[in-house]
Amino acid sequence: MSGILVIAEHEGGSFKKTAAELLGKATELAAALGTTVSAAVLGDAPATELGAFGASKVYQVPGDFSSYDTDRVVAGLQAALEAASPDAVLASASFLGKDAMPRLVARLGGGQASECTELRVDGGTLVGRRPLYAGKAFADARITRSPAVFTVRPNSFGQPEAGSGGAEVVEVSAELPEPRITLVEQKTPERDDVDLSEAERIVSGGRSLKSEDNFDSVVRPLAKSLGATAGASRAAVDAGYAPHGDQVGQTGKTVNPQLYIALGISGAIQHLAGMRTSKVIVAVNTDPDAPIFEHATYGLVADLFEVAPKLQAAFESLD
Amino acid sequence: MKIGVCVKVAPDTDTRIKISGDGAGIEESGIKWIVSPYDSFGIEEAVQTQEAQGGEVILFSAGPKDWQTQLRAGGLAVGAERAVIVDDPALAGTDPLGIARVLAAGIASEGCELVFTGKQAIDDDNVQVPAMVAELLGWPHVSFVTDFSTDGSTFTATRNVGGGTQEVVTGSLPVVITAERGLNTPRYAKLPAIMKAKRKKVDVKSLGDLDLSADDITPAVQLTNFSLPPERPAGRKLEGDVDTMVQELVRLLREEAKVI
Ligand SMILES: Cc1cc2nc3c(=O)[nH]c(=O)nc-3n(C[C@H](O)[C@H](O)[C@H](O)COP(=O)(O)OP(=O)(O)OC[C@H]3O[C@@H](n4cnc5c(N)ncnc54)[C@H](O)[C@@H]3O)c2cc1C
Ligand SMILES: Nc1ncnc2c1ncn2[C@@H]1O[C@H](COP(=O)(O)O)[C@@H](O)[C@H]1O
Repeated sequence: MSGILVIAEHEGGSFKKTAAELLGKATELAAALGTTVSAAVLGDAPATELGAFGASKVYQVPGDFSSYDTDRVVAGLQAALEAASPDAVLASASFLGKDAMPRLVARLGGGQASECTELRVDGGTLVGRRPLYAGKAFADARITRSPAVFTVRPNSFGQPEAGSGGAEVVEVSAELPEPRITLVEQKTPERDDVDLSEAERIVSGGRSLKSEDNFDSVVRPLAKSLGATAGASRAAVDAGYAPHGDQVGQTGKTVNPQLYIALGISGAIQHLAGMRTSKVIVAVNTDPDAPIFEHATYGLVADLFEVAPKLQAAFESLD
Repeated sequence: MKIGVCVKVAPDTDTRIKISGDGAGIEESGIKWIVSPYDSFGIEEAVQTQEAQGGEVILFSAGPKDWQTQLRAGGLAVGAERAVIVDDPALAGTDPLGIARVLAAGIASEGCELVFTGKQAIDDDNVQVPAMVAELLGWPHVSFVTDFSTDGSTFTATRNVGGGTQEVVTGSLPVVITAERGLNTPRYAKLPAIMKAKRKKVDVKSLGDLDLSADDITPAVQLTNFSLPPERPAGRKLEGDVDTMVQELVRLLREEAKVI
């Protein structure tokens, strides 16, 4: 057994940003452990490219993975893990990380630490630091059986610089089962923004937006001017100003952006739970005592309807 | 059809978490305990399915027998028929796979054909147990489901696969379905149902009753060193009229925080 294996996800052949992010961190950890980094890739993708981010070997499983099927993904990853027999596995806390990894861990009898936001080497092994209670507490997770899987919340680590090396590609054949679940229809929203859980910038609106029209004419254009994704408080979602999928918080999405702008959001503990790890938080609220200000990097005690258009104009005029 | 629901009891969402003195966990005194909110969506979907297809809804919990208070109020009072709680000292230190082994054994012993769970428990936020239960049972699972229907032998489910994309999938029972917000609106318990729930059956079992021992649920994951989230550096309120504040904000975001 040796090394750190990164599950490198791709979409139709282009690697996701999280693949480089995880490889960058794995390279740093492997140096401290005196071991090597490899990657696992399902299906058709330019695996050798991953060498640029520190993978010395890539275990590539050929087969049709173009539409997501849990059983096939688990079987493919199982084959890659058996070929690599790594000390530790890093995967993104993406849909695949949440849907397939625990199933794989159960099949192989290992352990998983979910949604780690930090990884470090301590006493010769990998330790993940992870949020619990919706980010109201943190704990160290150590895994004592193989496979030791750490899933990582997107944007936890920076993007590494691409180097020049290529990786050695090892083809691993896997017996892929017939799907038990059939895909009937895929509904992709017509939007060009990034998914909230992976977004680097978010502009969220609360109950104070007062209508869906206002949400669409104030929050969304401001988000757009920044290349940000729009989010919402539960009060805004419950009032129908924004769809369920936009909800940030304990019973909505957990987000981890560089910049989170909260417009007219009070900062209830359930909302904070979903966004408190944001690097920079900006709060705009008319109430100087709103709890959100205790967590905001920059606070504006002001009417959001006055601030938003001016901010939008300022962002649009940035080069 | 026997429909199972895995139900965990967790601190209410507005609980302020305190860390126990030794950092080994959280301070449990004074916490208000509730059925983990996503599990309530699972319970509601199970009851709606039972109302349409007939059968019986059985709740499964791996935890202290005291959870029956919440299971009665949040489950038996809204249409579930009975509950099975597996209570054993070894459960306190186990990990998601250990919990999944216990739940899978309970579900198998009752012969369920359909199981609902929450998509995640709001205390440990693992998002692991449901897929593990399905694997141990040898069933498929569908994660993060926002719409579900079944005719008793096949099912159709809509799942969130990230990026705002939804997929409609079909398959045959048995299956494990993990409930996402939006699946349904859980009903409130009515007073007569609350009274009736007090008399519904809650079986408290030990690991041995399920032919399991503490060795079967030895944890692979150990959590230590609990702490509160790192303090954020003190924030700053900007001064002046709206134009000044906006200008200053943009400057700070560029020059100080360097995020735009
Ligand atoms: C089980 C459970 C789960 C929950 N999960 C979530 C969750 O996942 N996410 C979530 O967000 N909430 C969640 N909540 C709800 C949460 O408790 C709050 O009710 C909710 O976050 C409040 O939303 P809000 O801040 O938009 O509204 P409010 O609390 O009503 O705040 C509105 C704010 O806008 C300010 N304001 C008003 N007008 C203006 C203006 N013109 N300009 C600027 N500011 C203005 C006000 O001063 C106020 O601070 C949950 C609650 C429960 C019980
Ligand atoms: N101890 C438990 N008893 C019953 N169900 C559980 C337990 N732990 C987890 N579950 C179920 O699994 C789901 C996901 O939990 P988790 O993997 O811990 O995030 C929960 O919403 C429950 O439906």
